[in-house]
Amino acid sequence: MSDPVSVERPVTRNGSRGGSASTSDAEAKISSNVQGAGGPPTGTTAPAKVITRPGDRIFKALTVGSGVFVVVMIALIGIFLLIQAIPSLTENKANFLFSRDWSADPADLAFGVLDLLLVTVFSSVFALLIAMPVSLGIALFLTQYAPRKLARPFAYVIDLLAAVPSIIYGLWGAYVLAPAMGPFTKWLNDTLGFIPIFAKGSSDLGIGQTIFTAGIVLAVMLLPIITAISREVFDRTPPMQVEGALALGATKWEVVRTTVLPFGKAGYISASMLGLGRALGETIAVLIILSATTQHFSWTLFDGGDTIASKIARAAQEFNDPRGAGAYIAAGLVLFVLTFVVNAFARAIIAGHKEYE
Amino acid sequence: MNIKRHASVLSLIAVGALALTACGSDSNTPAGSNNSAAPAPTKTAEVECGGKKDLVAEGSSAQKGAIEAFTAAYVAKCPGQQLAYTPSGSGAGVKQFNAGIVDIGGSDSALNKDKGEVDAAATRCKSNPAWNLPLVFGPVGIAYKVDGVKDLVLTPEVTAKIFNGGIAKWNDPAIAAVNKGATLPDTAIIVIFRADESGTTDNFQKYLKASAKDAWGKDAGKKFNGGVGQGAQGSAGIADAISAGNGTIGYIEWSYVQDKKLSAAKIDSGAGPVELGAEGAAAAIKSAKIKGTGNDLVIDLDALYASKTAGAYPLVLATYEIVCSKGYDADTAKAVKAFLTTAATDGQAALADAGYVPLPNEFQEKLLTAIKAIS
Amino acid sequence: MTAATDFDRPATAPAFQQLSGARKAKNRIATVLVGATFVLALVPLVWLLVTVISKGFEHVLNGDWWQKSLAGLTSRQFGGGVYHAILGTLLQGLVCAVIAVPIAIMVAIYLVEYGKRSRLAKAVTFTVDILSGVPSIVAALFIYALWITTMGQPRSAFAVSLALVLLMIPVVVRTTEELLKIVPDELREAAYALGIPKWKTIVKIVIPTAMSGIITGISLAIARVMGETAPVLVLVGYTTFINYNPFGGSMASLPLLMTSERLTTNEVGEARVWGAAVTLILIITVFNLLGSLISKMTSLKTK
Repeated sequence: MSDPVSVERPVTRNGSRGGSASTSDAEAKISSNVQGAGGPPTGTTAPAKVITRPGDRIFKALTVGSGVFVVVMIALIGIFLLIQAIPSLTENKANFLFSRDWSADPADLAFGVLDLLLVTVFSSVFALLIAMPVSLGIALFLTQYAPRKLARPFAYVIDLLAAVPSIIYGLWGAYVLAPAMGPFTKWLNDTLGFIPIFAKGSSDLGIGQTIFTAGIVLAVMLLPIITAISREVFDRTPPMQVEGALALGATKWEVVRTTVLPFGKAGYISASMLGLGRALGETIAVLIILSATTQHFSWTLFDGGDTIASKIARAAQEFNDPRGAGAYIAAGLVLFVLTFVVNAFARAIIAGHKEYE
Repeated sequence: MNIKRHASVLSLIAVGALALTACGSDSNTPAGSNNSAAPAPTKTAEVECGGKKDLVAEGSSAQKGAIEAFTAAYVAKCPGQQLAYTPSGSGAGVKQFNAGIVDIGGSDSALNKDKGEVDAAATRCKSNPAWNLPLVFGPVGIAYKVDGVKDLVLTPEVTAKIFNGGIAKWNDPAIAAVNKGATLPDTAIIVIFRADESGTTDNFQKYLKASAKDAWGKDAGKKFNGGVGQGAQGSAGIADAISAGNGTIGYIEWSYVQDKKLSAAKIDSGAGPVELGAEGAAAAIKSAKIKGTGNDLVIDLDALYASKTAGAYPLVLATYEIVCSKGYDADTAKAVKAFLTTAATDGQAALADAGYVPLPNEFQEKLLTAIKAIS
Repeated sequence: MTAATDFDRPATAPAFQQLSGARKAKNRIATVLVGATFVLALVPLVWLLVTVISKGFEHVLNGDWWQKSLAGLTSRQFGGGVYHAILGTLLQGLVCAVIAVPIAIMVAIYLVEYGKRSRLAKAVTFTVDILSGVPSIVAALFIYALWITTMGQPRSAFAVSLALVLLMIPVVVRTTEELLKIVPDELREAAYALGIPKWKTIVKIVIPTAMSGIITGISLAIARVMGETAPVLVLVGYTTFINYNPFGGSMASLPLLMTSERLTTNEVGEARVWGAAVTLILIITVFNLLGSLISKMTSLKTK
């Protein structure tokens, strides 16, 4: 039958980072159902249990141990960051959450994460706003519009975007894209400058080291992530619904609008949230593109500045004094919590949808 | 069956990896230039090679090129020895040195007693003082890119006002007054400054403070205090930003000006405009005095910066190697001495090509005495 | 372009019906827009690849590039190579894999073979999900806090590998988990019927069946972590010399070389940065191809 194909498929899916993540929950349920029905029974009356040998006990202990290890690991990340951050936080002369100035000089700690947090969220949301519609289009194109034979190679091409290391995105963004965007951003600033987000910021438009440039590069990096997961979900639209719509005389677009989109909406939103999580934590591309500034973030796309991640990376070479490093670790903790919440939220959305199984 | 096939594939990879690790080489013969009429080595000394094989140093990006030249000389003199230099900035260099992570710290400013750096360094050196050895001198250029403007001349006062926001346009009368006959465009001035803590910033602001007096009106320090412009990471970031924009101006070491092929302003301290270069810088260095005690060779730059000597380019950076006078283990001490001796002698030959000024003779003597005293 | 040819499932389109102009127009606009997004996504990909190749490809054609380090060269001298960085990249990636892969496979085995729907299994699944979303800079900070500050170890390539382990585990767990689920239960049952203990069934029957896919997943995961920059920035110093020792000293890697040589603002620096970019892309491509090649060579022939 089609066994080789089904063995191959998940592999190609994993070519895109996290591409398979959303489906595995669903598949876990399928397989456990199947096993509950006909698989090796694991209940109390299991015949397999009769032959419990030392090897079995040791092996099981190893696998359980590995599972526990991973759970402990995530807790340790939070705990260790917290432990290392606390001494610096207690010596901090500024309000960590609400101060907008950052001074991690060990002799005079006065650091606040607010400005970094604003730039982080602002640039990521901007990137998401660009990436969401485009990924939606690509996912629809690959699942509904592209000729069946070409869909897979096309999908592979989109996955290639995920294979490019972020440092190369950063170099391209800073040295090629940024100058090329100069005329466009100047035009935006001239014509739409009255809208606060297009107002003149701390970064020169000709040089282009702005949140705008960084956001566009981030958006490109998000495309393969959002597309891969949305594609999976759209592919699972029940054929009955599609056929029903067609039978009623719907055009292709109407089929998509009335069946595929409503069905895949939650998956698409979840995918976008996962993408957001990725954008929030992106480090090196943002570091290379954004110009540093001493001014506060002023809610414009044409500001420079630092995200939490880029600020940490910028200072990475100076980690030697525990209190100075502690300030950055505190910022890292905020980023960890932020991405934790966003990711957990993304998983929660899709976990409530049994129809994706 | 299957397992065997996997094993063969895996062993194939392993063999491939082994083959790869077998053929690498650290031995390089530089291609390209570097054979121009370099000034003759000012002095060669006996170098006692050996000790710790891989020295680690970190610090000022201003001396990156010089350290590379020194390392090349060191590798040539003592085959098998190496030194890795991370140009992460003077602040980082001092911190890493004091934390005992690197063997040599590179800094554009001497250790600061008020900030506790001197004491921290003494602790790191097992209760022995650390010495500041000014091994690298290089002029700092005021680089700019303004379409249609060449041969810009700046006085200390005008420079100060540009960098504190007092002058915002290129066609400001104050700039026009010192650039008679030049056509200056009505473009906004974009000041590019170092966003990271930097000895170059410190020295630049010290220079403005010493030479422009009230026109600057801000403090010196490793952070830029001008309050205008756009930040950039490292001298490389400034160089990139200057060349990417129009109307930009910033302060970077000569080597970066050369590398990026930027224009640099001539400085007119009162005795006529002087070009950025080795000659002007060397003329200025002669007026520097040592204010450190014994073998701690801290340089008093205030006199140098305020000097109005004709033909001198006073915006010069003296960068230090920070080392322990005592307190290294024997291996490290031997290697540090070998490296510094090579740097102060053979290493000087390539400096002018790399955008630095070779050591004046009297300095070289003092340095070699100090290096010899390290134990 | 008739609407339904692209669907292999539904019946043919209702050709007998007359569509109103507005509906037709909407349909056409939607088709054009959807196609346009795909083309739009190709623009940065092509632009980026053309940039990297045009700026860097000529440098990697030199034999020295693959065999020599940049030792003893100043930032104004062409020549040398990135062998030291290639070595570091491969070494850090492989050390990471050696640690991460066994753990990840065991976790996957737990999830599929033992945990089922237990509370711990749910916790593990959730954790793996979260771990896959942890930014690399946070992973680097964690290892910094654990390995360097708390345990007093020096910055080293091994610390980088530890940080990469955190990033690699979720990827390998995911792949392995999915592949193990696909292994037909008949195989397990047959083994049990012969009286083979469960652990032996897993090791000798289940894992080998899924092996080709797992290896593919591992090589993809290695390719992914080798491009990470944040951990190398925080956890190891750069050097132009070759270093074989992951536990001590500075060690170059391609991303670290790029961030360091970016500070060299002349043509030499540019050549090194873009040459390294091409090299990194080539290595990642090789690992990706290797993955599918191994998968093809070792996959079970089930008919």
